Amino acid sequence: MDKLLEILFTTEFAYSIFRVTTPILFAALGALLSNRAGVPNIGLEGIMLTSALVGVIVSAYTGSAWIGLLGAAAGGMLLAWILAFFTLQLKTDVILGGIAINAFASGGTVFILYMLTGEKGTSSQLASKMLPEVHIPLIRDIPVLGPILSGHHVLTYLSIISAVFVYWLLKHTPLGLRIRAVGENPKAAQSVGVRVKRTRYIALVLSGLFASLGGAFMSMGYLSLFTRDMTAGRGWIALAAESMGRSTAVGTTATSFLFGFAQALSNALQLLKIPSELIQTVPYLATVIGLVIYAWQRTRKAQKGG
Amino acid sequence: MLKLKYFELFRTLAVVLIALLLTMLFILLISDNKLETMRIFLAEPVSSRSHVGNVIELAIPLIFTGLAMALMFRMNLFNLGAEGIFFFSGLVAAAVGIQTGLSPFVHPLLAILAGGAVGSMIAFVVGFLKAKWDANELVTSLMFNSILLGVGLYILNYFLRDASAYTTSSYKIAATAQLARIIPGTRVHTGLIVALLLVVLVYLFVYKTRWGYELRMTGANRAFAEYSGIKTGRTIVYVHLISGFIAGIGGSIEVLGMHPRFDWTALPGHGFDGALVAMLAKNGPAAVVLSAFFLAYIRVGADMMSRYSDVPAEMLAVIQSVILLLVSADQFLKFWKNRMLLKEAQKNG
Amino acid sequence: MAEAVLEMRNITKVYPNGVVANRDVNFSLAEGEIHALAGENGAGKSTLMKILFGMEDPSEGEIRLRGAKVRFRNPQDAIAAGIGMVHQHFMLVPSFTVAENMILGMEPKRNGVMLNLREAVRITEEVARKYNLHVDPLAKVENLTVGMKQKVEILKALVRGAQILVLDEPTAVLTPQETAELFEELKMLKKNGHTIVFISHKLKEVKAICDRITIMRAGRTEGVFPIDAVSEQDITRLMVGRDVVLKYEKDGRPYGKPMLRVNGLTMAGAHGKLVLNNVSFSVREGEILGVAGVEGNGQTQLVEAIMGRAAGAAGTVEVDGTEIGRLDIERVRAQGVAYIPEDRMRQGAAGSASILDNLISTRYKRKEWNIGPLLNRKKMWKLSESLIEAFQIKASGPAQPIGMLSGGNMQKVVVARESDANPRVLIAEQPTRGVDVGAAQIIHHKMLELRRQGCAILLLSADLNEVLELSDSLIVMYEGEIVAYFDNPSELSEQELGLYMLGTKRQDAERIGRARHA
Repeated sequence: MDKLLEILFTTEFAYSIFRVTTPILFAALGALLSNRAGVPNIGLEGIMLTSALVGVIVSAYTGSAWIGLLGAAAGGMLLAWILAFFTLQLKTDVILGGIAINAFASGGTVFILYMLTGEKGTSSQLASKMLPEVHIPLIRDIPVLGPILSGHHVLTYLSIISAVFVYWLLKHTPLGLRIRAVGENPKAAQSVGVRVKRTRYIALVLSGLFASLGGAFMSMGYLSLFTRDMTAGRGWIALAAESMGRSTAVGTTATSFLFGFAQALSNALQLLKIPSELIQTVPYLATVIGLVIYAWQRTRKAQKGG
Repeated sequence: MLKLKYFELFRTLAVVLIALLLTMLFILLISDNKLETMRIFLAEPVSSRSHVGNVIELAIPLIFTGLAMALMFRMNLFNLGAEGIFFFSGLVAAAVGIQTGLSPFVHPLLAILAGGAVGSMIAFVVGFLKAKWDANELVTSLMFNSILLGVGLYILNYFLRDASAYTTSSYKIAATAQLARIIPGTRVHTGLIVALLLVVLVYLFVYKTRWGYELRMTGANRAFAEYSGIKTGRTIVYVHLISGFIAGIGGSIEVLGMHPRFDWTALPGHGFDGALVAMLAKNGPAAVVLSAFFLAYIRVGADMMSRYSDVPAEMLAVIQSVILLLVSADQFLKFWKNRMLLKEAQKNG
Repeated sequence: MAEAVLEMRNITKVYPNGVVANRDVNFSLAEGEIHALAGENGAGKSTLMKILFGMEDPSEGEIRLRGAKVRFRNPQDAIAAGIGMVHQHFMLVPSFTVAENMILGMEPKRNGVMLNLREAVRITEEVARKYNLHVDPLAKVENLTVGMKQKVEILKALVRGAQILVLDEPTAVLTPQETAELFEELKMLKKNGHTIVFISHKLKEVKAICDRITIMRAGRTEGVFPIDAVSEQDITRLMVGRDVVLKYEKDGRPYGKPMLRVNGLTMAGAHGKLVLNNVSFSVREGEILGVAGVEGNGQTQLVEAIMGRAAGAAGTVEVDGTEIGRLDIERVRAQGVAYIPEDRMRQGAAGSASILDNLISTRYKRKEWNIGPLLNRKKMWKLSESLIEAFQIKASGPAQPIGMLSGGNMQKVVVARESDANPRVLIAEQPTRGVDVGAAQIIHHKMLELRRQGCAILLLSADLNEVLELSDSLIVMYEGEIVAYFDNPSELSEQELGLYMLGTKRQDAERIGRARHA
C-alpha cells in the first residue's frame, strides 16, 4: 500500500495523467459535439484507429510529422463524413453506422498496412515521424508544478486548448447555438431556416477531426508507430466520459481526466506485483462504475422530479 | 402487403450482390492473378469436403452469436457483450472439460451448461443495470468485453495454463468432454445439431409464446408495453439472460468442438460477427442460419484467398462494414420501395 | 375588395405513398384580411400551408405573391418573402431563452464570429414593444406558459419581417381568456397592415374574428365565402359533407354505486410544489365524469396516480372498494380498469407492430388466449377481424402494421382494445384528439354504449365541446386542485367555465365536496 502511495504522489505520475488523458479528451470532445447535434458518433474508436495509421503513413512518405498530422486529420474527417452521409442521406441508424466504421477500421487498417508494408502487426518498417514535445520556458522551472505542466507533447497542450475551444464554440458562436438547437429540437431549427442536415454534417466532421487528433497522438506521440488495434477501447471510454460529463464541455473535460487518471493508475500499478492482465481491466472497470453511478443518480433525480 | 416483405428480401440480396462485386473489384485492383484469385474466393469453399466442412464449422458459432444478437436488436438494445461472454464461457467450459472422471455424455453437457450459466449471469448484470437505471448498455457491454478478456487471461495464465504446451493454452480437454464429429472427413461436430435446434426453439419463443410477445412489444414501444401491463424491466432482464445463455453455450460448444485446448489469447471476434449476422437476417431466427452460412462462406473464401493467393483476408473487414452500412440504410433503394407503395395504393383505391 | 396579395393556384400534392393530400386547390388571400382556412383533420389544410411555407413541394400548381410567380424551396425562402408561420406544436428550443429562440437562424454577430447575445435581447425587446406583445427576453422557454410561448412564436415570425402570418390551430391550447387576448393582438396586426391566415375548426372563433373563409374537404376546396354569408351549420356541412352536430341522446338512467373513488390525492412535484392537492371525487356506474382544465394543472398526474404510476402520492384510489393506488398496471387492469392514453403514438400503440398485436396487448397473458406455452393466434385473429369490422377500421387486415393507419383508425384500434374487455372503469384522455369526425363519432358512441352498460367513465379532454356534451358531471382542475363541480354541465357557458379554468373563480368547499357523490 505504501509503495502504491509512493508511486502516486510523484510528479511523474501527475505528468502521466495529462499524457494518458490526451486521446480520451480529444475523442470525448468529438463525442460532445456530435451528441449535442443529435447524431451520436459511435465510430470514434474506428476514426481514431484509422487516423493513427494515416498519420504514420503520411509522415513516413513525406518525411514530415506535421504533414502526417494533417493527413491524419483529413482521414478522420473523411471517415466521419462517410458516417454522416450514410446517416443523414441514406438514413442508416447512426449507432449501427458507427459500429460499421469501427468494423472497417479494425480490419481495414491492417489491410492497408499490409498492402503498403507487407507487415500485419506493426508499422515498424515505416520511418514514421513523431510530433515534438514542448518545453515551456518559464513554467518548467517552477518547482513541483513545472515537471507536471511543462514538457508535454504538443498534442497534449492542443487537447486542453481544444477543450476551451469547444466550450467557446458551443456557448458563444452562432454555429454552436445551431448545433444545440438542432440536437434539442430539430423541427424548431428547421422552421426558422436552419439547415438541420448541414449543421449535423458539420458536427460529425468536427467530431471526426477531434477524434483524429487523438488517433494521431497515439501513433505519433504516445508511441512512435502504429500497431493493430492500438486504440484499445479509448473511443468507448471517451463515449462514457461524455455521457458522464452531462454533455457539457466542462463536465466532459473533467470526466476525461478522471478516466485518464484510472488509466495512469493502471499503468503505475504494473510496477507492483499485481498481475498485468487484471490491471489492464482497471480503466474499463472504472468506466463501468462511473457510468452506473451516473445512471443511478440520473434515475433518482428523475424520480424525485416526476 | 406481401410485396413489402419481398422488397426487404430483394434489398438484402442487393446488398449481398454489392458486397460480392466490391470484393471482385478489390481483387481486380490488388491481385496479380485476378481470375485465379476470384475463383479461389468464390469456388474454393465448396471445392472439397473438408473445405465445405470449414464453412459449416465457422457457421456454427455464428448461428449462436447471431441468435443472441438478434434477440437484443429486436428489443432495440445495443448490447455487444456477446463477444466477451463467448470468450469467457469458452474458458469456463474448458475448465470443466479439463476435469476427468465423468462420463462422455454428462461431461460435455455439464461443461456447456456451465458456460451457458456463466454467460447468463454476466449478461444479467448488464441487463439489470439497463433495466433499473437505464445505464447505456452499449458502453457497459463493451467495457465488460475488455474486463472479461483481462480476467479470463488471468485465470488462464495463473490457473489453467499447461506450461509444457508450445503455445499459451490450457491443459488438454478430456476426451470425454469433446464433442463428437458427425460428418466424416470434416471437423463438423454435434454443435451443429444444437445450433439448428436452438434456432427452432428461438423462433417458437419469439413468435408463438407470450414471453416472446412481451419481448417484441417492449422492443417496438416500451411505453406502450408498460401501459398495457407488461413488466418491461423484467422483460429486458430475461432477454439478457437468454441472450447471454445462448452466447455462452455458443462459446462453450466452439471450444469443446474445435479446440483440444483452450488457446484464445484475444477476443475471437465471433460476437461482433454475430451482430452482422443478425442485421443481415433482419433479426429473424430462421434467416440467421442463412446469414451465418453466407458470412462463413465469404470468410472461408477470404481465408483461402489469403492462403493460396496474394490478397489478405483483412480485406473482408472493409466488405463487412459496407454490408453493415447498407443493410441498415433505410433509404437504400427507397425510391423503388416508394414506387411499389404507390402502385399498391393506386390498386387499392 | 382589396387586391389579392397571395394566390395559390391549382395546387396538387401527391405523396410517394400514393396519398393525394391536395387536389387542384385554389386559395387566394386579400391584403389586410383575416382569412379562415377550415377543414377536418386530413382535409389538406396543413399540407397546403406546408407548401406555402416551403416545407413541401407541390406536385402541380403555382404560387403567386403580389402577382409575381414564386417558388419556395425551403422555409428560408418563404421567410424572406415575408411569410411567417406559427405552428400548432410550438417550434421552440426549451432550454434556450426567449431571445436565443428569437434570433436562431439570423444570429447577430460580434466581430463577425461571436454570438452577440446582448443584441439579441435588444432586438427582442424592440419587436415586443413594437407589437405590444410583452415577453421577457431572458426567460427560458421551458418555464413559460402556453400563452406566453405563443406570443414568442408570433414575435418570431414578425421579427423576420412577416407580412403574411399563418396561424395553425392557435387556440387549441388556450383558455377562453387567452383566446380573447390573442384576438385583440390579431386585430391590431390587421390594423397595421398584416394579412392573417387563421387555420381552425373552431367555428365560433372563426365567425368572431375572420373576414372570409375557405373550406377544404378531402384535399379539395369546397368554396370561399365572406364570413357573414355562411352559418356554422353551412360550414360544418361543407367540411364533412353532412350535418354533424355534436348532440347526443342520453337516457336518464339512474347511476349505480360509486365505482372509481379518489380520496385526498396529494402529490408533490419537482420543486416541492404540489401538483395534486387533496383531490377527491368519485365516478358512479353509468356516469361520465368530465375533467376540464388547461393542460398542466394536474390532469396528467391524476391519471398517473390512478394507473398506479405515481410513487409518493398520498391519498387513496379505489375501484369498487379495492385500493389500486399502489398496484402495478397489470393488477390495476385486472380490477377492470381500461385506459385510453392521450398520446396514442407513445403509450397507446406500437407503430411497427400489427393491429392484432396491438389489440391483444392487455389480454395475451390470460389462460383463455393461450394453449399451454403457445399463444392461440387463431383465436386472436378472429377477434381482430371482428373488432375491425365492428369499429369500421380501414385496414387491410389484422396483420397490417398499425403505423400505416390514419390517426382516426389507429385511435379506433386503441378504443377497441380498451372497450372490448367489458371494463368497469374507463379512463379516457383526449380520446378524439387528432381524429376525423367520422371516427370521433364512432368513439363517442362506444363510450355511450359502455355508459349504458354501467361503466364508470372519467373523461379528460381539452375539447370543451366534447367535454360539455358527453359529461354527466364535470369537475374543473386548477393548479392541482378541484375548483368547481357541476352536475349539469350542458347548461354551463364556455365563458363561465373559462373563469374556473383560469382560477379566477372558485366554488366553496361544500359545493366542491359534492364531487365525492354523496
